[in-house]
Amino acid sequence: MQFALMIYHTPEEFDMRKNDYNDPHLGAWRAYYRALVDAGVYVGANALEVPETGTTVSLKEGKRRVQDGPYADTKEQLAGFIILELPSVDAALEWAARCPGASIGAVEVRPLAPEAMRRGFTG
Amino acid sequence: MNGSNQENTHRTVERVARESYGRLVAYLSVHTHDLASAEDALSNALVSALAHWPQDGVPQNPEAWLMTAARRSLIDVVRHQRVVQASEPTMKLLKEDSMETIVAAEFPDERLKLLFVCAHPAIDPAMHTALMLQTVLGLDAARIAQVFLIAPKTMGQRLFRAKTKIRSGGIPFEIPQERELPERLDAVLEAIYAAFGIGWDDMAGADQRGRDLAEEAMWLARVLLQLMPGEAEVQGLLALTLHCEARRPARRDAKGRYVPLSEQNPEQWWGPLIEEAERHLAEGFKLGRIGRFQLEAAIQSAHAERARSGRTDWAAIVLFYEQLLRISSALGTRTGYAAAVAEANGPEAGLAVLESIDAEAVSHYQPYWAVRAHLLQRLGKTREAADAYDRAIGLAEDPAVREFLLQKRR
Repeated sequence: MQFALMIYHTPEEFDMRKNDYNDPHLGAWRAYYRALVDAGVYVGANALEVPETGTTVSLKEGKRRVQDGPYADTKEQLAGFIILELPSVDAALEWAARCPGASIGAVEVRPLAPEAMRRGFTG
Repeated sequence: MNGSNQENTHRTVERVARESYGRLVAYLSVHTHDLASAEDALSNALVSALAHWPQDGVPQNPEAWLMTAARRSLIDVVRHQRVVQASEPTMKLLKEDSMETIVAAEFPDERLKLLFVCAHPAIDPAMHTALMLQTVLGLDAARIAQVFLIAPKTMGQRLFRAKTKIRSGGIPFEIPQERELPERLDAVLEAIYAAFGIGWDDMAGADQRGRDLAEEAMWLARVLLQLMPGEAEVQGLLALTLHCEARRPARRDAKGRYVPLSEQNPEQWWGPLIEEAERHLAEGFKLGRIGRFQLEAAIQSAHAERARSGRTDWAAIVLFYEQLLRISSALGTRTGYAAAVAEANGPEAGLAVLESIDAEAVSHYQPYWAVRAHLLQRLGKTREAADAYDRAIGLAEDPAVREFLLQKRR
């Protein structure tokens, strides 16, 4: 069963990340990544640029709307995601608790949609 | 009614609820075998107390008042459920026309039976602790879910299922027979110990997986000791929890940084808790039935000795671990043994103990990697140490432990 760990940061946390690539947090993230790979649960992951770099597009009544910034107007914004292959949601929560993102922001755990549905998307 | 009066009543209700919750739930459910209804009835009684006590004053015997109110509520619950075939004991309890008798006399303490029900072999062991926390201490499912890192809704469902099984699965509300007592008591001790989630602060940078329930666990251990004062292992469990709790103030420095046991300042340990732990350990030893929890407590006692003598007798700790390994070969025990051997006989000897542990079993086990990293570093194997540190950091949950290991890794 696959789960997405969605990592949310506050603006301060994004700032920290942006300004210092030697951030000690990086060491924690690298170690976490290695632990995921060594445990054989890692499927994929990626980090996102800061929310201000986002652009939101929608079509309302046939008209394009383009906005600067992220879609959701909230303090915490999506900073990255990790996909894991795990036997249960219990195991997913355990890995979420170990995620460095959990102690500086929050991590949402959500199962990926059932495989049949995902196949519907990809054909 | 003025505000402070109401506040006082609130506090009284809280205190009585805390002290009496388990006794009341136990007494109500021993007769009905229905934990969920007993809890509902008691929570109705508590709401009612909050409404009545500020006006009428706190009754002379608040526990008896709650019992009376809970029994009335239980009658309503049963009627509401239209349980026509309600069991005979239920009807007996409900009909018992003896409210005055109960008010006058003490009702029997049935919590021991309740503890044995919660840790019954027919109940999923993963639920033993959660059931105890809820039925004996009255913790709500959301709070318990935090501790066990489970979605609150899921925890609620699992508790509900466990209680249904207790009600309909014919799990007896009784103290086990002599023959099966040791094994059954062990399950109760294990469940209380699991709430504590301690132990590995005798290792360099080992994650405690934050089960912040030390107070609740100690309360349960005290209740159990009060009910079974002649059981050596119960003394041992309480001694163990007291020793570990005594170090709480020394585990973090002023800036909130993690401090491993070897670097803790013994002056920051809580002396009275250590003294109490030593008394219970001595009582346990006197009974002459050594067991796992007494040995674990003895190890912590040896660490506590540093407050008096300024040194740690690692040879003694190694011996305690060797006895412990004969009883339990849990990963934690083997890892702790390795750490102790390294202190007594050098890092190479400690590493050899670690090597003997199955690699598959430790792939997710943070304390193993923390100890391994520490020993490799002491041996000057920098590259291998860095790898092990990475694993320990990646598996750590506590940010303070993670930070500590990141510093060590450099």
